[in-house]
Formats: sequence, C-alpha cells, structure tokens
Amino acid sequence: MKQEKSFYLAPYDLNKVFEYFKSRGYKVFGPTIRDEAIVYDEIASVDDLPVGWMDEQAPGFYRLKKRNDKAFFGYVVGPHSWKKFLFPPVLTLFEAKRENGKFKVYDVNTANEKYVFVGVRACEISAILIQDKIFGGGQYTDPNYIKRRGNVFLIAVNCTEPGNNCFCASTGTGPRVVAGFDVLLTEVIRDDLHYFIGVPGSEKGEEMFVTLGFREAEEFEIKEAEKDVNEAINKFKRSVDLTDAVEVLQENYENPLWEKVSEKCLTCGNCTMVCPTCFCNTIEDVTDLAGQVAKRIRRWDSCFTMDFSYIHGGSVRYSVMSRYRQWMVHKLSTWKNQFGMLGCVGCGRCITWCPVGIDIVENLKLFKESTVKL
Amino acid sequence: MEVSEREILVVEKNPMLPQIFQIRSRKQETSDTFTLELEPVEAGVEFIFKPGQFNMLYVFGVGEVPISISGDPEKVSRVTHTTRMVGTVTKAMGKLKKGDLIGVRGPFGSSWPVDKCSGCDVVIVAGGIGLAPLRPAIYYILRRRENYNKAILLYGARTPDDILYKHEIEKWKSRFDFEVYVTVDRGTSGWKGNVGVVTTLIPRAPFDPQNTIAFVCGPEIMMRFTALELIKRGVSENNIFISMERNMKCGIGLCGHCQFGPVFVCKDGPVFSYSQVKNLIFKREI
Amino acid sequence: MAIETLEKLLAEHPFFKGLKKEYLELIIGCARNVFYKPGEFIFREGEEANEFYVIRDGKVSLEFSSPGKEPIVIQTLEDGEVLGWSWLVPPYYWHFSARAVEPTRAIALDGKCLRTKCEEDHNLGYELLKRFVTIVEQRLQATRIQLLDLYGSQ
Repeated sequence: MKQEKSFYLAPYDLNKVFEYFKSRGYKVFGPTIRDEAIVYDEIASVDDLPVGWMDEQAPGFYRLKKRNDKAFFGYVVGPHSWKKFLFPPVLTLFEAKRENGKFKVYDVNTANEKYVFVGVRACEISAILIQDKIFGGGQYTDPNYIKRRGNVFLIAVNCTEPGNNCFCASTGTGPRVVAGFDVLLTEVIRDDLHYFIGVPGSEKGEEMFVTLGFREAEEFEIKEAEKDVNEAINKFKRSVDLTDAVEVLQENYENPLWEKVSEKCLTCGNCTMVCPTCFCNTIEDVTDLAGQVAKRIRRWDSCFTMDFSYIHGGSVRYSVMSRYRQWMVHKLSTWKNQFGMLGCVGCGRCITWCPVGIDIVENLKLFKESTVKL
Repeated sequence: MEVSEREILVVEKNPMLPQIFQIRSRKQETSDTFTLELEPVEAGVEFIFKPGQFNMLYVFGVGEVPISISGDPEKVSRVTHTTRMVGTVTKAMGKLKKGDLIGVRGPFGSSWPVDKCSGCDVVIVAGGIGLAPLRPAIYYILRRRENYNKAILLYGARTPDDILYKHEIEKWKSRFDFEVYVTVDRGTSGWKGNVGVVTTLIPRAPFDPQNTIAFVCGPEIMMRFTALELIKRGVSENNIFISMERNMKCGIGLCGHCQFGPVFVCKDGPVFSYSQVKNLIFKREI
Repeated sequence: MAIETLEKLLAEHPFFKGLKKEYLELIIGCARNVFYKPGEFIFREGEEANEFYVIRDGKVSLEFSSPGKEPIVIQTLEDGEVLGWSWLVPPYYWHFSARAVEPTRAIALDGKCLRTKCEEDHNLGYELLKRFVTIVEQRLQATRIQLLDLYGSQ
C-alpha cells in the first residue's frame, strides 16, 4: 500500500526536522523520560527521546524497561496525552479589573504559539479529532482550543507493537495512522537497520520534505515498514466487540452489576486525567487581596468528584457507583448520542493508571454477558 | 461608557467572556428571593431571548451561576432575573445594588414551545421559584391570547409569604381570559386561599386534556408528580414540558457538568418534553 | 320536589358520577342539602363523625388546633370535592376540624344510614369504597409531597 510519495529518514534526520520547525518559530513537543515515565514535553533533539526504552503495562501497572535496540518510539503511551497542550489543565479565561467602582473584562489569551507534536499515535490522533468535535464542532466553540489546534504541526508515528492494555483495533482507531497528520513516520528497526519511512499528509508536510531534501524511499525499505504495521494488528492481547455498547450500557443503568464493577473504585479521577478525550472542566474564581483584580480560571475536572454534579441541596451523583457509571456510560455510550462517536480510543491509559486496576474492557464484557438474550 | 468598543468585539467572539450589564433596579420579592432588572452598559444593545432560556450571571470575583430569564421577551432593552439566595454567588448577587455591574453570558438553552399548539388549552404549572422561568411564557401567551383556547396558571408556593410576583398575580387573576389558581403547602393566619400541594390543583382545573399543552417548572420531584397527575388526566406525554436543573459551569455544552444521560441540560435543555426524559428522570443519580 | 333536586345534584357531582340509578336512589334517602357561612364549622376534631359532605361550591379548610398557636390548615377543599371519611372507620370520630372559608353549599350524607345500607348491599358498599379509596390515595399522595417540603431551603 504505497502512498503517493514516501521518504527515507535516517534516525538522526529527525534533528533536521526539529531544527526546521524551531527556526520557523515552533516549539517542539515530544516524548521524553521524566519520573520513570514517558511524558510529553518540549524536546531539543533526538537525544531527548526515550531512545531504547519501552513501557510494560497491565491493569494498575506501568514500568519502563530497556529494549534490546535503540528504537526512538519503542513504547506505547504514557500518562500524558496531547490534550494538555490543546486544552491546558489550567487556563485563565479572563481577568476582570475594578475601575472607579465598575469593572471591565479583559481577554488574556492573546499569545499565538505554534507547536510541533512529535510521535502522535493513531489512537491519539483520534482523540484529538474527537476533541476537535467537542470544542470546535458545535453551536458554541472554544476559541482558545481552536487557536491552539490551528497552530499544530502533527508528526504521527505508526504503532508496530501494541501494549498489553491497548485495544484500539476494537475501537477502530488504530494501530495504523490513516488521517489527521502532517507527517507520518514508521520506524523500522532490525539488527543492522534503523530508519524511518516518512509520508506527508498535508501541504505543510510535503513542503518540509522537499525543503529538507530527504530522498525518496526504496521499494524494499517501504515493504519492511509495511510488514511491521500490518503485523501489529495480530499482536493485540485485548479486544472487545463494541457494536452494541451504546445500547447495552444505556439499557443497563439499573443493573446491580454496577455495584460490583465499581466496588474497588477510589474515585481518584486518575482515569479522567489520563484519558485523551475527557474534556470536562470547572471554573474557579480568584481575586487579589485588595479585591481589585479577579480571574476566572478553567481547570480540568473529573466526574468522579462530588462537586461535579452539585446542585442546590446536594450532589446528584452521591454514590461511587453512580460516578463510575457516569464515566463508563459516557465513554462507551452516551458520547455517541452527544458527539456521534464513542469517547474511547482504546489507548488503555485508564486501565494502566487506575491505582486499583479497574478495567473498562473487562467491565463492558460483563455487561454484555449479563444481558445476553436467550 | 465603561466598556470600550474593542472589548465588546472580543466579547462577541468568545462565548466564555461576559458582557457587562448594569443593575437598573432591584426588588425584594420574598425573604430570600429578589429580582434584578439589568441593562447593557453599551447603549443600543438589544437582548433577545426565548421564554425558558437562561443566562450565566457573573458576580465580580465571586463566580458565575445559571439563572433563568424571568422578564418580558418583548422588552429587549433590558433583561430580568429572579434569583433565590441559596449559594455563595446568589447571596453575593443579592447584595448588589442599583447601578452595580454584573457579567452576563447568554441567552442559552432551549425554550418553552409556546407556538407548538395553536388553539390548545395551555396549562402552566409552577412550584416555588419555578414561576420565574415560566413568567416570560406567560407574557408571551397573554400577548397573543387569541392563539390559545384556555390559559391556566397553577402555582404552588411554600407559604403565603413565599409567593412570587404577588401584585402581578392579582392582575392576572382579574383578567377574564386567564385562570389563575394559587395554593400554598402551609397556610398562615389571614390566608384565605388554597392549602395543599400544587398537584391537588390539577384535577380541579378546567382544561381539555386531549387538547392541552402543559409547561411545568419547579423542584424535580414536583415536576415528576405534576407530570404523572397531568397524564392521569389524559394529557399526552409529548405535550408536557419540564425544565431541568443540573450543575452548569459553561452553559454551552463544553464543560460536561450538566450531563443527564445522553443530553446536556444546558444546550439540549433546560426545557425538555416529558417523553424525552421520562426514561431517565425516575432513575437515581443519573 | 326537593328530592328530585337532590337526585339531580348528586348524579351530577363528580363523586357519584356513573353510579347506578338504583344506588343513587338508595343514597338519596340519606342525603340533605346544607349551607355554611364563612367561618362556620362544619365539624370539629373529636366529635362523632356521622356524616360526610360532597361540596357543590365554596371552599372548606381542614384544620388542626394547637394551644398558643394559630390553627394549622392542612388542606382546602373546593367545588366537586369530598369532605370526610372518618364516618367509614370505627370508632367514627373526626380527626380534624372543617371550617367554611367561603360561603359553601354541600350535600351532607348520613354516615350511619349509609353504613347500614352498605352492610345490607355489599355491591353498593364496594362501589362507595372504591370511590373513597381513590380520594384517600390522592390525599395521601398530596400529604407525602407536602411532607417533602419541596420548596424549603434545606
């Protein structure tokens, strides 16, 4: 499945790519190791990438482990997702200032930064496209998100080794990257070989390849890359049939199974923080000590808190069960009513980063089994 | 003028930035309820809304709350809100005086389908502060009275002292084309009116259930009981409309707080037909 | 003449609507027309409950009294509604007081007389009880909602 044009990049050619964008005013964000995890942060060069590292994942388990090779993208996904750049965890929406007993409102989001995202996986592109729909596809849109999103150059990377908690093949969001990128890389690594196949996905991407003068890839080089991507689909350890998830979950709001599946839940909200599609947010109002300057601050919120559903008199969802139910039904069911697609991209982060290892895939299977019609 | 042209331009682009309004008048309705009449600081701005919609009202440095619009939809030079002091923001709002400024975002949400059924009996059932979001519909209907058959208001309050818009209710009662029934949960001395919950008015009210559209607003339990009582009389589930309340931070479907199963109360609601929500409204903690 | 009028009034009252003619005739034997001025007591708490009332028009309040307090109004009843069911339940004493708030016209039905007729004819008894149960259910629902103090500030 040859693309129109494929380019060959030697591993350290990526530095040329980074320099290309830095000289054009972009900040380059990519995977790097911090606190024994692979996170997304500003990177200077290839040396900042998690070269030769991989991640081991299981429900409630994440460890970095040395690989036998020097792969740049030999891991799956860490606790971060790209939403932290497009939909910042904390954002001041406006400042209001008292002037002569009155007040005025000032928009403080005037910066116009440009970003390169390096190493975006297929599931993560889907997550970004989902958030595009949420923040930019309805009657009301978030201008802060739209501005940031418009300034992103997206370098995607195909997955060739899905992790233990990955199930993007079930959600239809991976492992192959098919759209939504400016440049798509496939890393090929053998005993004696290490290179990238690069494919442009936009005019800007094409312009980059042309400007940097990379050579076109040879047929056999492309074939090796294709082999790895094609084989990835057979390496999944998790799968679930999602065809009737929307109906099954909405028909089972009162199934006693909810008590069981949420039994261990600590309502810590980790799953919502690591989820690349979770978009809920709350507002905080602060003033300076003199009460002259007030700020409205938007923060990531989680449906696992009591405050989340508070109305006069109390919280609508006071039990742990109902808050877990809200999250899971939203992800795999009501999201579809709201935005036309599921809110899950199969990245497995919520399973990995749940301190007690609650497993959305296994739980969905339980509901499907409990409603098998005779 | 306090807000320059440039700032207003920014405001129009970003739905999270409030427009600045000035309090034109403040009226204490009951011990814990007050009505603010607001007008835009910028001259010539019209505020156009549909009955049943709400605004997000911002009190400087304290916070923002969703409050339904309770004024006349045809008086576009100002916007009216009746608010009950129950939380930090509404209590701070209650302390504001004439001339103070307030931030307004809106109008948001769905509206009472006041034009859904011409020639029908229209039955408005309000409980407590729930009369506030229904008042714009009452203005609308009374202004086009000939489009409806019977017009009936059933209003329940906690005590006679908690009745909103007392003078206006008296004026409505004096009209021959508007039947107004008021009841209180607890009578006090001097109260000559009805005692009993608002649902007890439904079997007494003279409307034709087969040809009726009903707008219901009040605490959720009151709306559920009212809907069941209306159905008992024979009103179609599709012709009963209720206004839901949930936590709201943005008012525009971006913050996730007001989810009610598959819908967002802020943008798909707050007004829903009973048939739309009946499968969820009796389930717990949705 | 008077009996004919009563028959018509009873037949038209929502409480008796659809009742067989033979039963209506039986009931009329126990009925009389009554009128109360505003403020006038129809019955008082603790008195023997010998009658019940179908209200033709007016308004009646059901009240409790308590020393040192204004009477507490539990509910008001209006045109077409029924007042009193203590006549059905031994030992037949009123648990509330009923007072006319507005000029009130009603038909009073003799409880003892009806009880006897119901004992003699269980079909009539069943018909009447069905109608009363509906009212009791409505009042109980209303009382439960009232208990919730829906509009209270918590």
